[in-house]
Amino acid sequence: MSADIVLSVRGLETEFQTDDGISKVLHGVSFDVKAGQTIGLVGESGSGKSVTAMSIMGLLPKPYGRVIGGSVNFRGTDLTNLSVNEMHEIRGDRISVIFQDPMTALNPVHTIGRQLVEVLKLHRPELSKKEQQNHAIEMLRKVKIPMPEKRFAEYAHNLSGGMRQRVMIAMALACKPDILICDEPTTALDVTVQASILELMRELQDETGMAMIFITHDLGVVAEICDDVAVMYGGKVVENADIFSIFDNPQHPYTKRLLSLMPNMDDEPKQKIKIAPIDPAEFPEFTGDLGI
Amino acid sequence: MQELLKVEGLKQHFISGKGIFRKGYTIKAVDDVSFSVAEGETLGLVGESGCGKSTLGRTILRLIEPTAGKILFEGEDISACNALQMRQLRREMQIVFQDPLESLNQRHFVGMILEEPFIIHKQGTPAQRKEWVKELLEKVGLPAESVTRYPHEFSGGQRQRIGIARAIALKPKLLICDESVSALDVSIQAQILNLLLDLQQEMNLTMIFISHDLSVVKHISDRVIVMNAGKIVEEGLVKEIYANPQNDYTKRLLDAIPITHPSQRKKRLLANTR
Repeated sequence: MSADIVLSVRGLETEFQTDDGISKVLHGVSFDVKAGQTIGLVGESGSGKSVTAMSIMGLLPKPYGRVIGGSVNFRGTDLTNLSVNEMHEIRGDRISVIFQDPMTALNPVHTIGRQLVEVLKLHRPELSKKEQQNHAIEMLRKVKIPMPEKRFAEYAHNLSGGMRQRVMIAMALACKPDILICDEPTTALDVTVQASILELMRELQDETGMAMIFITHDLGVVAEICDDVAVMYGGKVVENADIFSIFDNPQHPYTKRLLSLMPNMDDEPKQKIKIAPIDPAEFPEFTGDLGI
Repeated sequence: MQELLKVEGLKQHFISGKGIFRKGYTIKAVDDVSFSVAEGETLGLVGESGCGKSTLGRTILRLIEPTAGKILFEGEDISACNALQMRQLRREMQIVFQDPLESLNQRHFVGMILEEPFIIHKQGTPAQRKEWVKELLEKVGLPAESVTRYPHEFSGGQRQRIGIARAIALKPKLLICDESVSALDVSIQAQILNLLLDLQQEMNLTMIFISHDLSVVKHISDRVIVMNAGKIVEEGLVKEIYANPQNDYTKRLLDAIPITHPSQRKKRLLANTR
């Protein structure tokens, strides 16, 4: 499958200023995002998945975090060079993001509708108020929220976790972005709700042709939704391949280890899981000063 | 095998929305639940959020008073015990929570946290207790220096080990794990599960393992109870339930487990559209 590359991340390096000096978190991350396809960023806590997303979006906490090297090429422009205002225009319009916890991402003192309209006010000011409202309700309907007209006037705390995540998706998709970054969108949800959200996202992708960057630590979710996978460890992409190669023929020892730790439903119950130790000698990417 | 815990017609109802002029309504968090756990067995308790599985776990320990029903621990009805008797009984039954940072006192050294159960139950001399704490740390695979460190200095997996060490300090017979591995990465989760399996064998622990993750429950349990809306909808041996679920709700839960290989994707999609 060959598809247009909409976003190309090359050698991204990010560091954070801490009380104990500078801590480098990304050591040259590279991957491509193809139009209409989903790339999964997989790795354990602390591997730099979320920092990668934040670096792409220009949402690193200021003034502590900054991108110090590499490029993020989106339709001919390098996002790392854009000014705050220019980035502001792209964010939410061309590139959107969904976070893990929809309760903290939604504003508790504004109605769902007001928050949806806010996105449109910012990026589609040419529309009239009525049109914006209709569009927002249409978005709620699209993410399969029952009685969208009624929900429009409700607050985040009136909704269940799955419903809130749907609202987040509606908000992120309101301007028909080219790229949607999903940072652990289903981690906090029940399995059944997770399955329905994943299905919804797949449907919306088919419909809009957007590209997705799917950040997760759950290989089951990856198997479910991704076309390509970039496995991250210690701030680097250790393996980048299409989904079938990753699952059938993993090259990197870390990928093999992750796969072996996936709970397997065919295993006999009450058996100990074999945990292979991490052998740094097998990781050619990490030599010398990276501290592993 | 001998029965360690037996629950009969347990109910836990909460009254919500009650005001001065409002009558409020009853939420049946646990509604007429009966089951039993044999000694040395692990019972998995699965269901979605809000199905009442955690409430059930807490009610069994009488951390919340049951509305009705009997809880028999080694044949003795603990729902009729007074506070003093209950304190004695708690030595035998312990719980490990999901978020170890929230359930560990952040102002205490780990050594103090682990020593506290012995102090409360007036066991040993200070020197003996220090020795026991050391043994506990070794048992859960933490370095001995941990005694003079605070919980926030540890990673999530290590904190969960501290939580487990505290729970097994008094050598309980029953250990309730309430979503104890849900917040952990796969590799850490695997380590904690292995630790629990080891401890169970070593100490002949009886466990109730509460989780929404069916693959984890399958991994650690002998028997499973599936709960929905406060009621048990299905109960049976792990092998039977996972291979041949009878109840529609169980089937739906099992169907929602993420696949393990991308080639299974199409199959599931077809099943869903039907």
